[in-house]
Amino acid sequence: MNNPPPEDTPAESLGVPAPPHLLRRIWLNLRSYPLLSVFVLLVLLVIPALTADWLAPHDPTQGVIMDRRLPPVFFGGTWEYPLGTDRLGRDILSRIMYGARVSLSISLVGIFVGGLLGVTLGLLAGYFRGWIDTIIMRLVEISLALPAILLALVLAAASGPSFQTIIIVVAFVLWALYARQVRGEVLSIRERDYVARARVAGASHFRIMVRHILPNVANTIIVLATLQVGSVIILEAALSFLGLGIPRPTPAWGMMVADGRQLIVSAWWISFFPGLAITLTVFSLNLLGDWLRDRLDPKLEIV
Amino acid sequence: MDNTEILRFEGVKKHFPITKGVIFSRQAGQVHAVDGIDLALAHGQTLALVGESGCGKTTTARLALRLETPTDGRVMVDGEDVHQLQGAALKRYRTRVQAVFQDPWSSLNPRMRVRDIVAETLRVNFSLSRSEIEQRVAKVLLDVGLKPEQALNYPHEFSGGQRQRVAIASALISNPKMLILDEPVSALDVSIRSQIMNLLQDLQQQYGMTYLLVAHDLGTTRYMADWLAVMYLGRIVEYATVDSLFKEPRNPYTKALFSAALPDHPDKRREEIILTGEVPSPIDPPSGCSFHPRCPLKAGSICEQVEPKLKLAPGTKNHLVACHLY
Repeated sequence: MNNPPPEDTPAESLGVPAPPHLLRRIWLNLRSYPLLSVFVLLVLLVIPALTADWLAPHDPTQGVIMDRRLPPVFFGGTWEYPLGTDRLGRDILSRIMYGARVSLSISLVGIFVGGLLGVTLGLLAGYFRGWIDTIIMRLVEISLALPAILLALVLAAASGPSFQTIIIVVAFVLWALYARQVRGEVLSIRERDYVARARVAGASHFRIMVRHILPNVANTIIVLATLQVGSVIILEAALSFLGLGIPRPTPAWGMMVADGRQLIVSAWWISFFPGLAITLTVFSLNLLGDWLRDRLDPKLEIV
Repeated sequence: MDNTEILRFEGVKKHFPITKGVIFSRQAGQVHAVDGIDLALAHGQTLALVGESGCGKTTTARLALRLETPTDGRVMVDGEDVHQLQGAALKRYRTRVQAVFQDPWSSLNPRMRVRDIVAETLRVNFSLSRSEIEQRVAKVLLDVGLKPEQALNYPHEFSGGQRQRVAIASALISNPKMLILDEPVSALDVSIRSQIMNLLQDLQQQYGMTYLLVAHDLGTTRYMADWLAVMYLGRIVEYATVDSLFKEPRNPYTKALFSAALPDHPDKRREEIILTGEVPSPIDPPSGCSFHPRCPLKAGSICEQVEPKLKLAPGTKNHLVACHLY
């Protein structure tokens, strides 16, 4: 049929972008207050992690068995345990504060180790190309194809769950993302004239990579790292949930969620508060990362 | 001005392989970017390479800068094969031969201060004190018409012309004997071009430099160069002094190229030569004279079979042309 096009053509087809979806609008609004995410992160993650030793009201590992499963303060509990207690009578607020330390240290160390490895290999692959590139990129593909949880299971079975095991798993999951991203950027940057200029000046490969190329991929690395803190926290939580995380009794957020699972009907607060902490932290980190990306990288301009 | 030779190309070829297939890659052909070039350039002179895009002039410049290795032949600077240099000799070459690239937006590292961009050659090749470096940087910045205070700025704080001045300063810092200028003004506003060309000419006198200029704009070459080499599909088809070439181009390709340029005066009329067809692919260049499929003055079947060599055009002292007509 040859119907003429309707009179009111949709706005998109005229080149006018459609107004963003409601959720997207909320996201963009929130994103325009980066200090908000910084504030949430400080209150939830950084300050508790640094000051848990002094500020936590109770010992996170020693419970009072008489006080077990006490509800939070406005749900029939007392200020003694503001967020209630778990089934061993341990204070949930204190455990969340100490758990922040686990999440923060694993994210920082894991991202540092994985980032260092990935950036180095990505830089070498993109700069030298040829067989070095082929080998590194095949390793990247292998690494991306292996499920992290499976690797964690194998490692935990071999050496037992520990801080080092988690760092290895996190680094293993992350390095390939860095390597791939950095390689792509390096491939384009190495063709710029300023790299040719540095070669004409007689700069060594090492100097060119470190002084001329690396500073120009730094933005990408910073953004990637910020966005990844969230996923590392989730990964650590998932591993802890499966019992492959930090060994007990050190509190970790994922493990706390797992512990309260069977009591979710009778004592919901055991799982709810650590879950809320994970959600808010990851959400703020993504907001911050998204904002940083727009700030630092004009190439990725969206909206 | 001494007339000793500084740069020499001897039968230089550069072929880029084209590979096909992802896993079992094999070579599917070659791009004959530079296909046998002989050149010589004396101290203090300016040689311009001209030709349309894709004719291999930039590859020629990159070969002289050691940014590409030749497939065949030798590039000599001061009597030494550039691509065999090592150690101290390589360092010496790196300080004696410098380059200015076309696009001042891509030739300055956006993350480095002007001071560090300009001082790069010194830092890499010499161990000088901080104050010595600062003095040298201040001096070249003055030489190119910038202020020494601007050493602390970043490239994005400059305009295009100023950026090109920074690029020139960074090439000058090691007191080079030869500058390779890859289209140094073609990315600039027309209003800025003459300033930069004048600057380059003044600096050539002041520093006693030899220039190898890559250009597609005949006006630029006429103003700046002593010698002109016209390239077509990786070969030099004509090589002469600027005066001789502008007075009477011999090769049919050069004639067409010159007729395509705007005349000096709008009222001037001259013979228009419109070439038919496309530039043949450098992957599979035509046999014989590579210009024969488009040549309006073809001499005969010899053009399809025999590659013409550069030889002295009749009645001239130093006007070389590669064409069977002569």
